[in-house]
Amino acid sequence: MQAIADKQGVKRYIISLTVNGDEYSPVIKGNTLLVNLLRDGLDLTGTKKGCELGDCGSCTVLMDGKPVDACLVLALEADGCEIITIEGVAQHGELDRLQRSFIDNAAIQCGYCTPGMILSAKALLARNPHPTEPEVRAAIAGNLCRCTGYVNIVKAVLDAAEVTA
Amino acid sequence: MSQPTPAGLKSSARTYTHPGLPEPADKDYAVIGKSKPKIDAREKVTGQARYTADLKFPNMLYGKILTSPHAHARILSIDTSEAEKIPGVKAVITHKDVPTLKYGISPARWDENIFCIETVKFVGDKVAAVACIDEETCYKALKAIKVEYEVLPAVLDPLHAMDEDAPQIHPEYPLNKNTEIHQNFGDVDEAFRQADYVRTDMFVGNRTYQAPMEPHTATSIWQGGKLTVYSSTQSPHYFQYYIAREFGLPMGDVRVIKTYVGGGFGGKLEPTGLEFAGAVLARLTGRPVKMFYDRAEMFAHNRGRHRQYMKLTTGVNADGRILGVHADFIMDGGAYTSLGIATAYYAGAMLTLTYDFENYRFDMNRVYTNLPACGAQRGHGAPQPRYAFEAHLDNIAKDLDIDPLEIRLRNARKPNTITPNEFVVNSCEMVACLEQARDISGWADKKGKLPAGRGIGVATGSFVSGAGYPIYRTDLPHAAAMIKVAEDGTAATLYTGATDIGQGSDTVLCQMAAEAMGYTYEQMKIVAADTETTPHDFGAYASRQTLMSGAAVKEAGDEVRKQLLEMAGEMVDLPPERLSVRLGRISAKDNPEITLTFEEAARTFFVQKGPLMGRGSYAPPKLGGKHKGAPVGTSPAYSFAAQVSEVEIDEETGEVAVLDVWDVHDCGQVINPALLHAQVHGALYMGMGESIWEEVRFDAKGKIQNPTLGEYRLPTALDMPRIHSSLVPSYEIAGPWGVKEVGEGATLPTMGCFRNAIFDAMGISVNSLPLTPEKVWAALREKRKANGEDIWDPMACECFLE
Repeated sequence: MQAIADKQGVKRYIISLTVNGDEYSPVIKGNTLLVNLLRDGLDLTGTKKGCELGDCGSCTVLMDGKPVDACLVLALEADGCEIITIEGVAQHGELDRLQRSFIDNAAIQCGYCTPGMILSAKALLARNPHPTEPEVRAAIAGNLCRCTGYVNIVKAVLDAAEVTA
Repeated sequence: MSQPTPAGLKSSARTYTHPGLPEPADKDYAVIGKSKPKIDAREKVTGQARYTADLKFPNMLYGKILTSPHAHARILSIDTSEAEKIPGVKAVITHKDVPTLKYGISPARWDENIFCIETVKFVGDKVAAVACIDEETCYKALKAIKVEYEVLPAVLDPLHAMDEDAPQIHPEYPLNKNTEIHQNFGDVDEAFRQADYVRTDMFVGNRTYQAPMEPHTATSIWQGGKLTVYSSTQSPHYFQYYIAREFGLPMGDVRVIKTYVGGGFGGKLEPTGLEFAGAVLARLTGRPVKMFYDRAEMFAHNRGRHRQYMKLTTGVNADGRILGVHADFIMDGGAYTSLGIATAYYAGAMLTLTYDFENYRFDMNRVYTNLPACGAQRGHGAPQPRYAFEAHLDNIAKDLDIDPLEIRLRNARKPNTITPNEFVVNSCEMVACLEQARDISGWADKKGKLPAGRGIGVATGSFVSGAGYPIYRTDLPHAAAMIKVAEDGTAATLYTGATDIGQGSDTVLCQMAAEAMGYTYEQMKIVAADTETTPHDFGAYASRQTLMSGAAVKEAGDEVRKQLLEMAGEMVDLPPERLSVRLGRISAKDNPEITLTFEEAARTFFVQKGPLMGRGSYAPPKLGGKHKGAPVGTSPAYSFAAQVSEVEIDEETGEVAVLDVWDVHDCGQVINPALLHAQVHGALYMGMGESIWEEVRFDAKGKIQNPTLGEYRLPTALDMPRIHSSLVPSYEIAGPWGVKEVGEGATLPTMGCFRNAIFDAMGISVNSLPLTPEKVWAALREKRKANGEDIWDPMACECFLE
């Protein structure tokens, strides 16, 4: 990838990535985190920051279909990747079945974990369309929620999975 | 059968009859009582919901606070010159640049400065702040500020904070006493003399942290003489009041706006250094300044649960009827007061609610230590004393050979009674909660009959539905609301200062508005929690909004309905009292042929009379007794709950697996069942975390050892038991439509419930929180030793003796 240096000699890199189907070629620093590129560079603030340590999962996005903590991924590592954020889940204003199910099951309270939860669940249903309850719990174990006790979130994911059956 | 009360002692509570309207016979509601989807759900599932940290303003700077690395130290000098030279640094401020007026959320003890002046009082205390063009430059600037400290001896053990030779943290509060309470009701000594059995137990709580998922953020903007602050707050009003006070501004020149808030649980009730330092930085630079805490800084700012040391003595009849209770507590307040005076009073005040006894003594010292300040966390001061009392009561039940559920039924509070500390309890279905919890948990088939390693426990809880008095003294009503119907009647907007922090107040208040107006929920819009555009409300704390904000909203909705029906009456030539409106359809009560839509009448109203608006406000009646601290714990209404849990203990590791929890709540008329049960789930989850894993730990120098969500050990989806949330029918005369609280109540029974289930399973008492595997394992070991078993002690093994 192309690199340029600023006056202090700090390198900048031009990367190419696809976010929610759109192609971008941002100029980034070597230490730029994917979460900051998304939030500050592309104004995709649906990706939340809760800890910046990979504990909470609020910044979960899909990177080539796999859920990752965007605070643990360098923007450089996303070069050439396809990223899906929460803004890319609904299509043409039409909610995804998981989004619908989160609403119908009262699985949202403060909503801060919701984007990450939905993306982790989306990745689960993509690889396992009919998960068991323990499989759902394991899939979202890296997404912390302080409001719901996970009760309705687990129900919402199981409900959304049934819709596909 | 109950034994008679010994002579000279009152044993059953005084009774009371509320003068309000009785329960209506017809409860055919159109909008309330239904699980409507959250009004903000779509924005939250699509990533469109903007939280404070998501906001950007033209020319915005980023700000950070430099904090103390020492628990207790004298500041000798601060040199900011190197930091100021760094390109991109726009301002560096210390105590010399800010007002020195002390602040705090509790007016009785303002003890905090924007920046420390002479000494720092805990690791994380505020020393200086910077505003820079980006976050990275902030960290460079903080590193370049040179602070010279003289390290002082620190108070880290609350039990020695009051020693004569302990270091003094605040010179104005000798012996590090922050709050000292001695309350006496009835005659406890006489109760103990006459009791058939008196028992004393000691319990210790844990220091926990709210850990909302959203970190605190505040963005401050000065335009001319006016300050606007966007903040992740639970109470725009208290923020506005205290920010205006600190800077000597009229409240009208301070606008506080809540955006979406990612959880609060008590931790976002008071303004922080982010608002105060941010306001100064914004004024100095003339630019918007966004300030934020990272996760470790949140733990250091804290304001979480106090650790309490709780000694309880109770005297009972032979049949387990409680005659008197003495609660003697110490709580670790940390370096500042925060909301801790109220916490200290709550700790004792709330113990009188679920069980009926008339003789009660409460002694408490909240002490200062050189640790982060504690404040109000879900359930406020009540959950740890509740854990202690429920454990204590199970010990008594065991000593007297009474079933734990039975001893609670014998003592359960009844409706329309007054507690010894003068709380008036209207609705109270404590007995029904216990009976239902017993039945749905299969208590009779399980108690004493579970396989080895399994146990079942029960506990109760009760909480206020809004505090009877505001945090600072004022005659403002507690809540106010306005409703504006759109010109063509196709929408209505509720304006309320009530603060949705995730619990769903925006949703339930719109349901209540629609019910009162005769409108549909789906047509409601809401503008909330902005001190400039919405009417005053004290915000989200003390589980107050459904009852208090709801009462104001109902009044506003009633006013809209009244005006609408008067207009409609003119239109169809009928007196308004012969018309009714439901779900936007106006009809004549005695002639179904005559109908009119809400829209038609509302539009005509606008054309003829101008905007169709309703207004409402709510202030509770004067509540409580005359003793010192009497206001704390007063409320127009109290929720009640019983929980039963079943646990399984791994004897080898001491691990506690909670299998099932049954929560039965008395929370009055339910507005939104789905959101209500979701509140129970969340409160129980938080109670469970505090019971088994969560604890903020410190090293020998007062530094937090586990300031991350992983090491603090927030429970994950894999840790949760099966939860069964159930309700008993209930109607509260003091609440609109009969509502009461639910959001905090379910946190209360949980800790004691788990402890009692472990007690039942293994016959061991774990007398401190959290109930970790280490403690359970150690208690099991002690029990085996006491039974004469030969126990291998790994620590005595030669391989460990180097």
